Amino acid sequence: MSTLERNDRTHLSTGTTTAATGDGRPAARSEALTKVYGDGEARVTALDGVSVEFHPGQFTAIMGPSGSGKSTLMHVMAGLDAPTSGQSWIGDVELSGLGDKGLTRLRRDRIGFIFQAFNLIPTLSALENITLPMDIAGRKPGQAWLDQVIDTVGLRPRLSHRPAELSGGQQQRVACARALASRPDIVFADEPTGNLDSRTGAEILAFLQSSARTLGQTIVMVTHDPVAAAYADRVVFLADGRIVDEIDAPTADRVLERMKAFDRTEPTTTRGSMGGHDRDGAA
Amino acid sequence: MLRTAIRNLLAHKARLVMSGLAVVLGVAFVAGTLTFTDALNNTFTGIFKGAAADVSVEPKAAFNTGMAGMDMNSASASLPASLVEKVVAVDGVSAATGYVQADGVYVLDTNGHVADTGGAPGMGISWTTNPELNSATLVAGQAPTSSDEVAIDTGTADDLGYHVGDHVTVLTPGPRLQATLVGTFRYGQDGGLAGASMTAFDTATAQRLLLAKGRFSEIGVTAADGMSHTELADHLTAELGAGYQVSTKEQKAADRAASLEDSLKFINTFLLVFAGVALFVGSFLILNTFSMLVAQRTRELALLRALGASRRQVTRTVLIEAVVLGLVGATVGLGGGYALAFGLKGMFGRFGLTIDSGLTLTGATVAWSYLIGSAVTLVAAYLPARRAAKVPPVAAMRADLVTTPRPLRVRTISGVVVAALSAAGLAGGAAGGTLPLVAVGALGLLVAVIVLSPVLAVPFVHGVGAFLPQLAGTTGRLAKENALRNPRRTAATSSALMIGLALVTGFGILGTSARASIDRTVDDVLRADYVVSAAMGQPFTPQVADRVRHIDGVESVAVERYGTAEIDGHQGYFSAYDPALVGDALAIDMTDGKLNGLAAGTILVSAKEADRAGLSVGDSVRFEVANGQSRQLKVAGLYGDDNGLGPYVIAMDTYQATGGVPLDQNVYITLDRSADATDVHKALDRVVDEYPVVQLRDAEGYKQDKRAGIDQLLTLINALLALSVLIAVLGVVNTLVLSVIERTRELGLLRALGMDRRHVRRMVRLEAVVISLYGAALGIALGTVLGLALTTVMHDQGLVATAVPVPQLVLGLVLGGVTGLVAAAIPARRAGRLDVLDAISAT
Ligand SMILES: Nc1ncnc2c1ncn2[C@@H]1O[C@H](COP(=O)(O)OP(=O)(O)OP(=O)(O)O)[C@@H](O)[C@H]1O
Ligand SMILES: [Mg+2]
Repeated sequence: MSTLERNDRTHLSTGTTTAATGDGRPAARSEALTKVYGDGEARVTALDGVSVEFHPGQFTAIMGPSGSGKSTLMHVMAGLDAPTSGQSWIGDVELSGLGDKGLTRLRRDRIGFIFQAFNLIPTLSALENITLPMDIAGRKPGQAWLDQVIDTVGLRPRLSHRPAELSGGQQQRVACARALASRPDIVFADEPTGNLDSRTGAEILAFLQSSARTLGQTIVMVTHDPVAAAYADRVVFLADGRIVDEIDAPTADRVLERMKAFDRTEPTTTRGSMGGHDRDGAA
Repeated sequence: MLRTAIRNLLAHKARLVMSGLAVVLGVAFVAGTLTFTDALNNTFTGIFKGAAADVSVEPKAAFNTGMAGMDMNSASASLPASLVEKVVAVDGVSAATGYVQADGVYVLDTNGHVADTGGAPGMGISWTTNPELNSATLVAGQAPTSSDEVAIDTGTADDLGYHVGDHVTVLTPGPRLQATLVGTFRYGQDGGLAGASMTAFDTATAQRLLLAKGRFSEIGVTAADGMSHTELADHLTAELGAGYQVSTKEQKAADRAASLEDSLKFINTFLLVFAGVALFVGSFLILNTFSMLVAQRTRELALLRALGASRRQVTRTVLIEAVVLGLVGATVGLGGGYALAFGLKGMFGRFGLTIDSGLTLTGATVAWSYLIGSAVTLVAAYLPARRAAKVPPVAAMRADLVTTPRPLRVRTISGVVVAALSAAGLAGGAAGGTLPLVAVGALGLLVAVIVLSPVLAVPFVHGVGAFLPQLAGTTGRLAKENALRNPRRTAATSSALMIGLALVTGFGILGTSARASIDRTVDDVLRADYVVSAAMGQPFTPQVADRVRHIDGVESVAVERYGTAEIDGHQGYFSAYDPALVGDALAIDMTDGKLNGLAAGTILVSAKEADRAGLSVGDSVRFEVANGQSRQLKVAGLYGDDNGLGPYVIAMDTYQATGGVPLDQNVYITLDRSADATDVHKALDRVVDEYPVVQLRDAEGYKQDKRAGIDQLLTLINALLALSVLIAVLGVVNTLVLSVIERTRELGLLRALGMDRRHVRRMVRLEAVVISLYGAALGIALGTVLGLALTTVMHDQGLVATAVPVPQLVLGLVLGGVTGLVAAAIPARRAGRLDVLDAISAT
């Protein structure tokens, strides 16, 4: 919305870049995250010094070619995986200091997840799936909030159904409701609409967008679809494990254009590609 | 397609191991049982194969008592020494030697006690000096040559820790013998005595102690060169006349093997039933495993279909996998079976049934193992394979394929019908005393329960699981839902445990009822204050009764002897008493006639036997014992079947007049009411202490003694069944591990959503406990019904009381739950250790 200066070559997306709401303390951030898989010949640098911030109430889309490290970034930032080096925070909790127990509790209490598929426990009803994280934590969900979430996703008539009795879109909506119901600091969604037709996908995306706008929910979403990315407040582009660009207030066309630009330079080295995309024609 | 199948097998190592394990366990169970049964048979037949003589001459028996020379034949006869010379003179005889053999000979251990042979007899023999005719081979020292020298078999020497040169005390049916141990020997080819002990004396001593001076039990003959055994036997029969039993080595071995088969029938049948159970449980395990494997691979198989594979090809892929797995599993299982047989051998050894024969895997065992391994696996895989082939190719596209369990309606209906028919058969059979009907009903009921098990699982898990959410919150609810998710699988997982516990419970009720019946019979029948009997039911010297009779305060001493006779051509056991004293010892309840009608010329018959033979009071029967002596006896009375007596009772006079061996079976002692019981007891103790073979028992001790046999049998049965429960546990482990693998994604999701490892583990454990409890409860219920039916139908066999061991059944249920906990250990750990990322990105 306001400052649109961005893309300094080395730190493409530090805190200076985007419009932070609230007190400016990010909901999650990372500092020089590196993740290396394998050894020798098989060595893959999935993340290569990524520093990024996600601000409260902001809906961020992460885009990039396949294998660019989008999922890895999410997993590391959500405490599902450990980085090779670098640090990341959820609120003011630094993740590398936590053991399995601490990480488990962190996920339970402060993070919401939406996966591409297999989001729900088949033996539990829709409602039970929604309240599962709180049930695991032994907390009572706030009834008013729960009602609001359920109504927002429009699931009230389906609450007692098992996942097998729900359509793919309904299942994803249950997953969304679950991610929001426990009021996490941040929701990570990895291609949440990847399996859905465009109309159902649009419903989910609109829902995520309004959660961020009206409920103030921080959301980070990985997607391949420029149309999906356009629902976000901001798009971060990843290539070869680095953040190479970002757009605020994206539109599908602009995202697509940017991606085409990547495609042209993809075969060259990473550095080359970065150099080619630091000017964003938005305004 | 073959390549796909093999690739598939290798690609999923965990699956491969788990399903292979099912085959291995099943085959090991069967191979082990068969191998052990072979060894058991070889041991017993081996004792007789060892006989050295080509042809033997024995006193002619009027009939074969069928007890293979190890019996306490009441009417044994012997041969005069002069017969040996006659035999030697017969054409074709190379050498002949007289031989003595008798039971009731024990070497005392260093504490002066009779060594525990676990029921196997203590035999005494004469040492045959002609090596060609001697079945025993010296291992150390030398042969006994005088009345103060003995040799014993190496097994007994090892057990008692005796060495050549030691001084030993030997109990015989006559006087005790103090002697020097001059040698140890091995008997027969294998050295196998099945736990029996054997003491060798020089011939003169053996005759004096065991038979009579100048008499032999048997004459062993070797054939001259060029003379066949049958030819020689014919010669001997021709020369000696018809008064002798002449048999060749081969005949004798065959006869004894046949009669042994009879006496071992029980153990063999039991082991075969056991093998059947093994096969059944093993097949279940394999079927179960394959169903799960195919279910897990639905998507993969659908992909194959989508890529153009035909249904047949998909079925074949699964079947080829099954065959390969079956063959590999059977091979490993054979090895496991051998180990199992080894374990069984050790176990039986502890109960005194020493298996001397080595364990060999026979061709039949190997064939069965491979047949079962591959055939069962194939059949087990066929059903799921067919189902797999029916997977629509579109299933490959669906990301979240949920296999909805098929409805249970057909199962419910057919199960209820079979159950109703079986229950009717069981009830009718039990009421009418028809064992075959009960057996068929029992089997039918078992089948019905297996068929109905998935149907019954739902209400059970709902019932038991109702507490889980309160107990363990979300973890508990998820555990309950998991157990409910696929009732078929829950049932299959618990089936092995169910069958095992049904058998344990059934036998438990039978055993407890047998014990209660003994107690009741003894309470009702035993009038005497004390009973003297030998440890292993062996007959003992009448000196004991003579000495006891002279103790002050003893009012009455009644002696009991046993034997086998043919009554009107029908063979049966009899007991003999002094008619004047039997009433003091036993309260025999007569259904017709009078107990005091028993006399030298009369016989008492059990009501059941009278019924069978159509006898009534006043009839006359022909009574013939094995030595050929016979009498006409008049039926003086019929007694009830609940008296714990055999089919016939005769007077001691008849017993003695027909050449019965003067050894007592039981001595019943009744005290003078006015005497001081403690003093008399002390005096009795002093006398009995001098005869280490015998024990003094009051009514309580007598019951205990009689129960000991049943207890031993029960322990044995339970030990074997414990093995099947062990297999059941492995089955539960197997299924749970597969379940955990199947739910990898789900578990990953739960972990991602914040469930910690401890709770994941607890969830798996709770599910296992619920499933195991179900198996245990169903098994115990089924076993109770079967046990009660069996007990009722066996009322006529002396099971006069019915008792249900409630504490044991409760214990069984608890152990069932514990089984679940134990079985869940590995899968729970596996589930807890799941890497969250791997799990959620797993395909
Ligand atoms: N467990 C792993 N072991 C080895 N390499 C891995 C592993 N996970 C990811 N990688 C590699 O790390 C890189 C980034 O993977 P990541 O899954 O983050 O990509 P992505 O951007 O999410 O791709 P997509 O759009 O296809 O989902 C890829 O080159 C991938 O091959
Ligand atoms: Mg990805």
